[in-house]
Amino acid sequence: MMSEATELKLTRKDFASDQEVRWCPGCGDYSILAQVQKVLPELNIPREKFVFISGIGCSSRFPYYMNTYGFHTIHGRAPAIATGLKVARPDLHVWVVTGDGDGLSIGGNHLIHALRRNVGIKILLFNNRIYGLTKGQYSPTSELFKVTKSTPFGSVDYPINPVEIALGAEATFVARTIDVEAKHLQETLKRAHEHKGSAFIEILQNCNIFNDGAWEPLTDKNSKADTTLVLEHGKPLIFGKRRDKGIRLRRDMSPEVVTLGGEVDQSQLLVHDETRPAMAYILSRLGAHFPTPIGVFRAWKRMTYDQGAHVQVENAKKKLGPGNLEAILNRGDTWVVE
Amino acid sequence: MSKDGTKTARIETPTSKGPKRHEEVEEVVIRFAGDSGDGMQLAGMQFTNETAVAGTDIATLPDFPAEIRAPAGTLFGVSGFQINFSSHDIFTPGDNPDVLVMMNPAALKVNLKELKPGGIIILDTAEFNEANLRKAGYETDPREDGSLDKYQVFPVDITTMTLRSVEELNLGQKVATRCKNFFALGLTSWLFTRPIDPTIQWIQSRFKKSPELAEANIRALKTGYHFGETAEMFAVQYAVKPARLAPGKYRNLTGNTATALGFLAAADRAGVPLFLGSYPITPASDILHEMSNYKNFNVLTFQAEDEIAAVGAALGAAYGGAVAITTTSGPGMLLKQEMINLAVMTELPLIIANIQRGGPSTGMPTKTEQADLLMAIYGRASESPVVVLAPATPADCFSMAFEAVRLAVKYMVPVVYLSDGYLGNGAEPWRIPKVSELPKIEVHFRTDPQGFQPYSRDPETLARPWVRPGTPGLEHRIGGLAKEDGSGNVSYDPLNNEKMVRLRAEKVARVAMDVPPTEIRGDRSGKLLVIGWGSTYGAILEAVERLRARGQSVSFVHLRYLNPLPADLKNIIPRFEKVLVPELNMGQLVKIIRAEYLVDARGFNKVQGQPFKVAELMEKIQEFLEAQ
Repeated sequence: MMSEATELKLTRKDFASDQEVRWCPGCGDYSILAQVQKVLPELNIPREKFVFISGIGCSSRFPYYMNTYGFHTIHGRAPAIATGLKVARPDLHVWVVTGDGDGLSIGGNHLIHALRRNVGIKILLFNNRIYGLTKGQYSPTSELFKVTKSTPFGSVDYPINPVEIALGAEATFVARTIDVEAKHLQETLKRAHEHKGSAFIEILQNCNIFNDGAWEPLTDKNSKADTTLVLEHGKPLIFGKRRDKGIRLRRDMSPEVVTLGGEVDQSQLLVHDETRPAMAYILSRLGAHFPTPIGVFRAWKRMTYDQGAHVQVENAKKKLGPGNLEAILNRGDTWVVE
Repeated sequence: MSKDGTKTARIETPTSKGPKRHEEVEEVVIRFAGDSGDGMQLAGMQFTNETAVAGTDIATLPDFPAEIRAPAGTLFGVSGFQINFSSHDIFTPGDNPDVLVMMNPAALKVNLKELKPGGIIILDTAEFNEANLRKAGYETDPREDGSLDKYQVFPVDITTMTLRSVEELNLGQKVATRCKNFFALGLTSWLFTRPIDPTIQWIQSRFKKSPELAEANIRALKTGYHFGETAEMFAVQYAVKPARLAPGKYRNLTGNTATALGFLAAADRAGVPLFLGSYPITPASDILHEMSNYKNFNVLTFQAEDEIAAVGAALGAAYGGAVAITTTSGPGMLLKQEMINLAVMTELPLIIANIQRGGPSTGMPTKTEQADLLMAIYGRASESPVVVLAPATPADCFSMAFEAVRLAVKYMVPVVYLSDGYLGNGAEPWRIPKVSELPKIEVHFRTDPQGFQPYSRDPETLARPWVRPGTPGLEHRIGGLAKEDGSGNVSYDPLNNEKMVRLRAEKVARVAMDVPPTEIRGDRSGKLLVIGWGSTYGAILEAVERLRARGQSVSFVHLRYLNPLPADLKNIIPRFEKVLVPELNMGQLVKIIRAEYLVDARGFNKVQGQPFKVAELMEKIQEFLEAQ
């Protein structure tokens, strides 16, 4: 195996396949692809060690554009296939690309269980709050009363919150970032790569054809400082154009937005701690009158499934010796016929 | 049943009193039955082991309800285990028992109609009280109303004697009562001269952590055994001599264990790690359990969140270069079909073991059926050919599981392996092969980047290269979208699509040239050809052999390769005037035979969750032979 210390001198181009990218012009997916192709060469890992696995939907065309190993599978099932691959081949870096429909609707079960098991796979969920490939039906993250082709009178479905699902599944790495926030996206990808265990990143992504502007308040230059809250481990929760607003906890444990100054100073604010589940939970449910947190909600360590499975194999070999087929076939009560 | 089809010595009603007489019989069918919590499956399995070690040929039929502990004493809670053992080759668990070991009135009610006239009934008198008789629907006590007159009844107070045998251990009534299955086993073992040592050893190892329970069960077993010896009740002790099986070393095993061992052996011979993705489902779960013990063989077992994830993880592992298997039963098979479709499209080796059960829907989970054949061959979107195999007997599960792996990796194709509940839970002696006798499975992972194309093909098998991710210079993308021949790039070209559809079909068709010649039991031509597949082998063979012994012109072909069908079948079928296809479904193989060979084949169908009986097959074949 190649030592990771060797400088591979890979570039973005090494990770671009010869296939023409076929997303709609202006799609947020282009930016995500560009950031992934920017980050991967910096990791100094041979590209044959990467496998991108996707389901069905616009986002799931992603593997075709990466010059790595890739598997474009079936609707919702990418986490299951990725789990099998990672468990069989822990030496590989397995990334899953999915969307809000693929990952949270048809494949919700697999997403939950891949995260729960802490299989060492990285899951990028592109959330554009719409079904794009099937030309514009509402998705499980679409807002209530959303008018789409399949809901001309407005949807009466409540949306699901991807970060809450991941936290509820006890994922060991949960983050949110935005397609156009290039630097933040790159940093989040690197953190996910470095994390041992399953990593979940919700990427807020714009579908400029069927749901244009879904995240506009969070990406608009004039409003984003007030509408987003950038999470940094060990730092107080401060946001706003003038960095004068913060999040404080009331006596009843509910969060409130406060303006710094007067009797309110930084020491009263919540300080982000990625290791505390309660913090992640509060942040995941801030609600409409709060800024939208981006960054790492939760990062902690526990045994990964792939590790556990292989430790058991090694322990079994130590205890029983390497498998002896002749012996196992002849096990139990036997008799001889002359 | 002897090989030449003549009836052999049967248990006779004992007439003499006095010292115990030894009587040799050639074949005995015993059925144990009681409440589903009475431990009848255990008693049956241990009796099977004792019998196998004694060298007689055996075939078993466990028959239990889907409820783990149905209400005690009720008819639907009755759990039974039938074993047929013989000094001759036998092929089935026997149509009708010679002996019933009945732990309560409900068991008797359910099983009595099957007992042969003059047969033996051993019953636990302690359970024949008013309440239990009522629950079983008896208005009068069958022991007293004459309804058992044509049988030899041995009333034994099994419960009380069991309790007494373990009295000193102070276990409490509930725990002590649970030992009664071993009393019954001990008594039956004595009656049929079976050695109880294997069971004692088994108890010692099973209850290693609770020596008190081990002691109690051993005492109950021995008490039952000695009771047979000393009680005035039993005048005769029966012996069945060892069978004349082919020379070799044998063990007794169920079809599910044989399946697990077959997969294990194949992966071992291929030198490739094995991955099993599975979701618990009756009657397939035992394969997952068995395989989970083989971790020191580099076996990875993955209990998934559902059937889809189980096959999905297996496909991911196949992509990663493992011998990848998923195990399931009918309802789970349905859920896996989309993933099998993807395996067809991406041309990856994947083994899907479907241990069929009674359906549709949840159906009869613990009962047997073979109604998933058409689903296995055709039940996917679009043109989606796969190889379909079916073992014929519990021991044959080993060979066909091995074969499934061989074909999957050689042709880079999904293989469906169709066993069923009867094969999976049934047991028979298996001649243990030497590892050196097993064929080596050649696996070649492509590593050479020179001229590499993901969908280039081996000229002989049409297999595409198997490339493990991580191999430098061979990075490529696969997926469910239509693929360009060679490059594997996404292509919607109409002619390319048809070419790929035909290539995938041709690849599966070529498997027909890679299978052993079809064996004909009986004459190579004649009046009637019976065609069977899967677990009906034993019953059909016995029926055909008996009829041949009576001079009937009937031959038998049993198919273990269902898709593609063996190439030589088209030459065999026309040599017969009539074709009959018995199946435990409404007529699935028969449809294919009719379509493929333009022959007026007829079906004989049974969908009762139970295997064919030899007698009903003989009757049907006879009737069909005589029909104009």
